[in-house]
Amino acid sequence: MSDKKKIELPDPSDIKEDILAKYPKKVAKKRAKSMVINDPEMDQEQQSNVRTIPGIITQRGCCYAGCKGVVLGPTRDIVNLTHGPIGCGFYSWLTRRNQTDPGPDGENYMTYCFSTDMQDSNIVFGGEKKLADAIREAYEIFKPHAISIFSTCPIGLIGDDIHTVARQMKQELGINVFGFSCEGYKGVSQSAGHHIANNRIFTDVVGLDDVVRPGKFRVNLLGEYNIGGDAFILEKYFEQMDINLVSTYSGNSTVRDFENSHTVDLNMVMCHRSINYIAEMMEKKYGIPWIKVNFIGAEATAKSLRKIAEYFEDDQLKSKVEKIIKSEMKEVKIVIDQVKPRLEGKVAMMYVGGSRAHHYQELFNEMGMVTVSAGYEFAHRDDYEGRKVLDSIKIDADSRNIEELTVVKDETKFRPELPEKKASLLEKGYRFEDYEGMMPDMKKNSLVVDDISHWESEKLIEYYKPDIFCAGIKEKYVIQKYGIPMKQLHSYDYGGPYAGFKGAINFYKEIDRMINTNVWKLIAPPWKNQPEIVAKMADVEY
Amino acid sequence: MNTTVSNQRTKTYAATRNACKICAPLGASVVFKGVRNCVPLIHGSQGCSTYIRRYMISHYKEPMDIASTNFTEEAAIFGGERNFDTAVRNIIEQYNPESIAVASTCLSETIGDDMEKIIRQFKARHAGESLPDIFFASTPSYKGTHMDGFHAATLSLVKHFASSGEPTNKINVFPGFVSPQDIRNLKTILQDFGLEATFITDYDETMDNPSWYTYKNLPEGGTSIAQLQSAGSAMASVELGKTLAKQQEETAGTYLNHQFGIPKISLGLPIGIHESDAFFKALESLSGKESPAKYIAERGRLVDAYVDGHKYNFGKKAVVYGEEDLVIGLVSFLEEIGLDVVLCVSGGKSGQMKRILKEDIQIKSHTEILDDTDFEEMAERCREIRPDILIGNSKGYYISRELNIPLVRVGFPIHDRMGAQRVQHLAYIGTQSLFDKITNALIEKKQNESPVGYKYM
Repeated sequence: MSDKKKIELPDPSDIKEDILAKYPKKVAKKRAKSMVINDPEMDQEQQSNVRTIPGIITQRGCCYAGCKGVVLGPTRDIVNLTHGPIGCGFYSWLTRRNQTDPGPDGENYMTYCFSTDMQDSNIVFGGEKKLADAIREAYEIFKPHAISIFSTCPIGLIGDDIHTVARQMKQELGINVFGFSCEGYKGVSQSAGHHIANNRIFTDVVGLDDVVRPGKFRVNLLGEYNIGGDAFILEKYFEQMDINLVSTYSGNSTVRDFENSHTVDLNMVMCHRSINYIAEMMEKKYGIPWIKVNFIGAEATAKSLRKIAEYFEDDQLKSKVEKIIKSEMKEVKIVIDQVKPRLEGKVAMMYVGGSRAHHYQELFNEMGMVTVSAGYEFAHRDDYEGRKVLDSIKIDADSRNIEELTVVKDETKFRPELPEKKASLLEKGYRFEDYEGMMPDMKKNSLVVDDISHWESEKLIEYYKPDIFCAGIKEKYVIQKYGIPMKQLHSYDYGGPYAGFKGAINFYKEIDRMINTNVWKLIAPPWKNQPEIVAKMADVEY
Repeated sequence: MNTTVSNQRTKTYAATRNACKICAPLGASVVFKGVRNCVPLIHGSQGCSTYIRRYMISHYKEPMDIASTNFTEEAAIFGGERNFDTAVRNIIEQYNPESIAVASTCLSETIGDDMEKIIRQFKARHAGESLPDIFFASTPSYKGTHMDGFHAATLSLVKHFASSGEPTNKINVFPGFVSPQDIRNLKTILQDFGLEATFITDYDETMDNPSWYTYKNLPEGGTSIAQLQSAGSAMASVELGKTLAKQQEETAGTYLNHQFGIPKISLGLPIGIHESDAFFKALESLSGKESPAKYIAERGRLVDAYVDGHKYNFGKKAVVYGEEDLVIGLVSFLEEIGLDVVLCVSGGKSGQMKRILKEDIQIKSHTEILDDTDFEEMAERCREIRPDILIGNSKGYYISRELNIPLVRVGFPIHDRMGAQRVQHLAYIGTQSLFDKITNALIEKKQNESPVGYKYM
């Protein structure tokens, strides 16, 4: 943005020391490496994807949450069966607000929560029989296209072999049945579950349907989960561009589309953390190249759409893209002009996800706001520092147990024309697999914090006195007790969509509403002889 | 109509489809959040704590600091003692709590972590240091429901803290799983009787905080350790919940009775006139005072409302679901106002609900009772029965939507409406609020569906 003011951030070394001083020595030493004072000009190592320290309240979820809740949760034509006691299935019962459009066939099992509801006798004597019965039952009731099984903590310990049960059931019922060993204690966060989900979908689903679908251009959108209807917005752009969006992983998705997803010409990766595995594996096996895209932010959306058109090297497509951008940007500008005078220079902090804390900075930049501190919940070093560090990431014991599939070229289905296209585009300066991470995009002296704890966010709020804080529901009411508006970027506070141009407009209006509401002025009762919290926030200058 | 007397199920299911129950550590967490300056600690994978916090937050809309021992694969194999040690030390460092309440999970119970021993050894290792009180409830989620976790946690508290002493005139109140507003209302009532009460536990303030002027990392309110200790020298215990009263296993009330000879008064949740009367009668005999005029008036207004609203409620078919004791309390009330309770549903399986509904509440012979069940079985029955109204938590919304009938939200979880913390269920005042909501829901439906749009209904 041309009118971006030159804003310098204070050096947060003191507050970092303050925070660490409260921790026991070993903890302090460990946490120090997860809190990096950013210098975008330098290569700095950001510790991430390491165990959360017990007793330090984390916002992270577990492996099961990443596998069942995140990756498979939004797929509608599959019965997802949780194998374990009742809690896990109940807690992941459509809690992520993934929307879906079942269309005329209406097949949609997302609104159900299936569990084997293991009882103590099952824990003692094993639950394989109950699992098989539950699968038969689900088949009998719904005749679904596929059934999947998700193991919870005790399953791994009692040794139920869900994969054998899955194979037997597949044979017996004649539909695809597969299992995920995604016990909650595996890995260090939901990230392990993403990887496990990617692997199994790749081995048991992708490539089952070779019928090439119509259209001049075919693509997959990976790592877009249709929270609040984001995918619906994006699907419209692809329609307008006459691009056949074969599958989305996994917002508004079907297993049927995953089966066909190896027939595309290009994979586009939104959330790098949760889905890069499948992009990589598809390239190795089928030759499909992938690019990083971002549809959060109007500018970012325009950039991503242009990048897609450039890949296909088609003038008609390029002009369609320009037409979309031109008409959509007109509306974007109207709203930006309205909100910017009220928001410019305001301060944001965000700790969320494996890509959102990066992507959403785009939206705040567009409103002239400054992100002073950010971090992910479950990302890895490459999401912070860029893919250039991939080779130097040390694999620790927690990650070693998450299977890394050996993928080889599929001699019959591999499409040599795609790597050729990639090579020629590379020569012209086009960039593939191009994720540079969050840190190069953040200001000097911004504080990057991985897996931020309750305690750390409290101290940082006192220090930065932000105008808005973005994270998830677990932080929401803590932050708001400080008199600071808190925007959930997991569930969108039951709002959205925020993707694409229309989504950007929604977001600008939402942030304007949250920051400029009168509610915050009411917190201090009139008999309290202290300055209002809003006044304190306004005093902060950078 | 009304010919199905039998409650025999035609089919049983292997899987649970859309559970009408939650896991045990969640119930324990609710209880532990009602202890003053206490940090609950869930011994298991971090997902348990995260999911439970997430669920409680979506209902209470409050900060919910519940720590985890964050099991890794290694801990799942070798046991969680080391993680426990680190967790407790870090909690002390950050929160300086008066107590740490530990709940186990299916993971730690399956590997057989002996929590009593782990806690003992922790204390031995840190002998001489000033430590918070650390206590434990066994809450594996493969046993029972969140209510079993709730009661196990309550029992663990009195077992850990209650001690004998000079007899006092205090009353122990075990309110069960109700709303913070219910607790607030009960407190006022006991106060008005001049009774000093110890709520075990008191999650009124801790789960429904005002907006704060400065942040508190532990919310105000809750039952203090001194109060918990004095539970052993109280004048009496009042334990709410009819299934709890019939439970074979020890409850907090029976423990205090056996251990310290404290008389236990078992009552149903005071919902409706009949059960509220029993509650007030108990308070009268405990305090030796007559019910204050204020409550006589509340009762009178409630009966008056019953009369005024009868034409809207009479004969309307209602389905009630949720925790067993809540269902029993609600049914007792709904029978009073002329609603025809056609189906009672719970995921709980104390085995007592049917008998209590039949014998104590004397429900109609055609009322179907399904316990140990799920929402899908309830939905199947509802499609046949075609009720006029559902009364229960947010999870039944999809059935009310399918049948195009109103859902009056009570219990837990309520995450699609504001004010879950302030839903009133108990005593005359709470019943009044329920009555108005239920009757108005029926009127609204009738009004919306009238072809003309009459303003008098």
